[in-house]
Amino acid sequence: MFLATLWACITLNFFIPRIMPGGPVLGLMERFRKDNVSPATLHALEVALGINTHESLIAAYVQYVGACLTLHFGVSYMAFPESVDQVVMSGLPYTLGLIGVTTVLSFVLGTVIGILGAWRRGGWLDSVLPPVFVIATAFPYFFVGMLALMLFSFTLHWLPFEGAYSQSPAWTWSSIWDILQHALLPGLTIIITSIGGWILTMRNTMITVLAEDYVRMARAKGLSPRRIMYDYAARNAILPNLTGFAMTLGFVVSGAILVEWLFNYPGVGYLLIQAIDAQDYPLMQALFLLITVAVLVAVLFADFATAWLDPRTRATQA
Amino acid sequence: MSVATSAGTVRPRSRALRGGLRFVRAIARNPKALAGSLLMLVFCFLAAFPGLIARDNPNAPAYLPLLGPSARHLIGTNEIGEDLWAQLIYGTRYSLLIAFAVGGLSTVVSVIVGVSAAYLGGIVDDVLSFITDVLLVIPTFPLIIVLVAYTQNAGFWVLTAVLVVTGWSYGARQLRVQALSLRHRDFLEAARVRGERSIYIIVVEILPTMTSLIVASFLGSALYAVLAAAGVQFVGLGDPNTISWGTMLNSAQQGNALGSGLWAWAIMPGVALALLGAAFALLNYAFDEISNPALRPVRKVSASAVRRSGTLAGGAGRDPRDVPALAELAGGARFAGVRAPGLLGPPERAPDG
Repeated sequence: MFLATLWACITLNFFIPRIMPGGPVLGLMERFRKDNVSPATLHALEVALGINTHESLIAAYVQYVGACLTLHFGVSYMAFPESVDQVVMSGLPYTLGLIGVTTVLSFVLGTVIGILGAWRRGGWLDSVLPPVFVIATAFPYFFVGMLALMLFSFTLHWLPFEGAYSQSPAWTWSSIWDILQHALLPGLTIIITSIGGWILTMRNTMITVLAEDYVRMARAKGLSPRRIMYDYAARNAILPNLTGFAMTLGFVVSGAILVEWLFNYPGVGYLLIQAIDAQDYPLMQALFLLITVAVLVAVLFADFATAWLDPRTRATQA
Repeated sequence: MSVATSAGTVRPRSRALRGGLRFVRAIARNPKALAGSLLMLVFCFLAAFPGLIARDNPNAPAYLPLLGPSARHLIGTNEIGEDLWAQLIYGTRYSLLIAFAVGGLSTVVSVIVGVSAAYLGGIVDDVLSFITDVLLVIPTFPLIIVLVAYTQNAGFWVLTAVLVVTGWSYGARQLRVQALSLRHRDFLEAARVRGERSIYIIVVEILPTMTSLIVASFLGSALYAVLAAAGVQFVGLGDPNTISWGTMLNSAQQGNALGSGLWAWAIMPGVALALLGAAFALLNYAFDEISNPALRPVRKVSASAVRRSGTLAGGAGRDPRDVPALAELAGGARFAGVRAPGLLGPPERAPDG
């Protein structure tokens, strides 16, 4: 399933630009024509960039899949003469740091809050947080981000308002502190907008599970509440949340792109939008593929976690 | 219908009227539903009669650019001197239109794909489920902007089409799971034995049992459409000539509105989007509670209610479509197989291979 999905994504990525109007070369041509480059140079560039308009679709596809497997995506139009790989690598660490950490944090926090909320039905955790975060989830990422910017950057002047660093990054304490400061606001924005979903799913399944006979049985046996909460109820209730992880991750990544754009955070999403603006097809394809594959891998991990927590999945596999 | 639903509603009335009354009462009793519906009504009013609230032409650069908020210009003017309040009010129309267009169309697609996958089974199910799953895991926003990028300045219908293509899969998956769980229920077997055609069974027997899911799917994709469309316009890929909250946000970002202290310009479209989003989310949340009694606030579930529902679920001749959640609450073994596989059973997705 994983491999098939991967293949489908790669193929989709290949065909999208080809069925849409506006050929890859045209955008590039325009850029260079403005600089009065001679036709001979243009042709040389075409060859250098691997654009051959006479090539058949199948040959191009084979070449493309080969490129994907070997991770060679050619040369970026936008940052010419840098290669696509180099451009991607320049943004990857920031996105991995920002989105990776915040996604995991928000999943863990949301799940724990959901468990506690359902355990104490009607307590303050249960009556205050879910509605608040349900509404926060509906907030557009950029709205939360703008509020955060307005408050912390432009009014209080506590935190920087754009970019990922203000001194060039290095492995020194001051540089790491600098990078953390820049990541705080975008990270906070992502957590606030994504945590509500986890809380709500967890709480709702937890409530259903708590009404099950085996929970009543556990109570009757006189097990400690903590044991019932975590080993009996939460362990079963977390399964839909893990399955939901697969679906929600796409949303989180989508929102993170907007957050990067809002904060001028030089990650993968910001690069993607820039690449689209510049009609930089190779870069765009590589970035889209990278984002998709990253999500697929995360989903795969979620599936493994489900199988590990739920013996029934393993049984049906055999 | 059995008589013992709840006290007071025993008098015979027409089924539709009773259903409508119950619906209105459910909304009025549920604060979330009430807030959501009121917000939605306000937005519909603004979209229908923007001229009543804002006197200026949203497209006329008739004033000085970059004015701050004042009594004449409630949230100021933009970089070419258009009144932002007028833009904000007129922008409601765009968001609502795209919400209903995308919500409606993608719900139709989800129902068709989800139910036919579950009902027809076999290879059809495999293919449809595969497409659904692929679209589900691909992060949609990158896909949307990549698709939009090739159609310079996406207009309303291009955007709608792209959002429907990328947005139907979530609903389809849920509907499929629900339909699968219904497949071997007695009332469907009965219809099949009666010799009804598939289309009749799907439309008349299956769909009515999934109303709440279909509504949820509509609300979900409408919300998704509003936010995604605004996102596309925010990053500058929309048609710059439309009046919408997304394009306002884009011009605010381009004009560095936050940095130059023109906060209302940047914040108000966000507030509007957030309120509309909240309206959809509240309605969705409320429908969840209305259709699944187990999620309602605790005070309403008394011990006697549980006992009563227990006897009801055990009672003979009861139409199981009515209150599946009550069966859950009572833990009736009779309905053990009914629960949606996505909830507690093994997930349908194999870990790999």
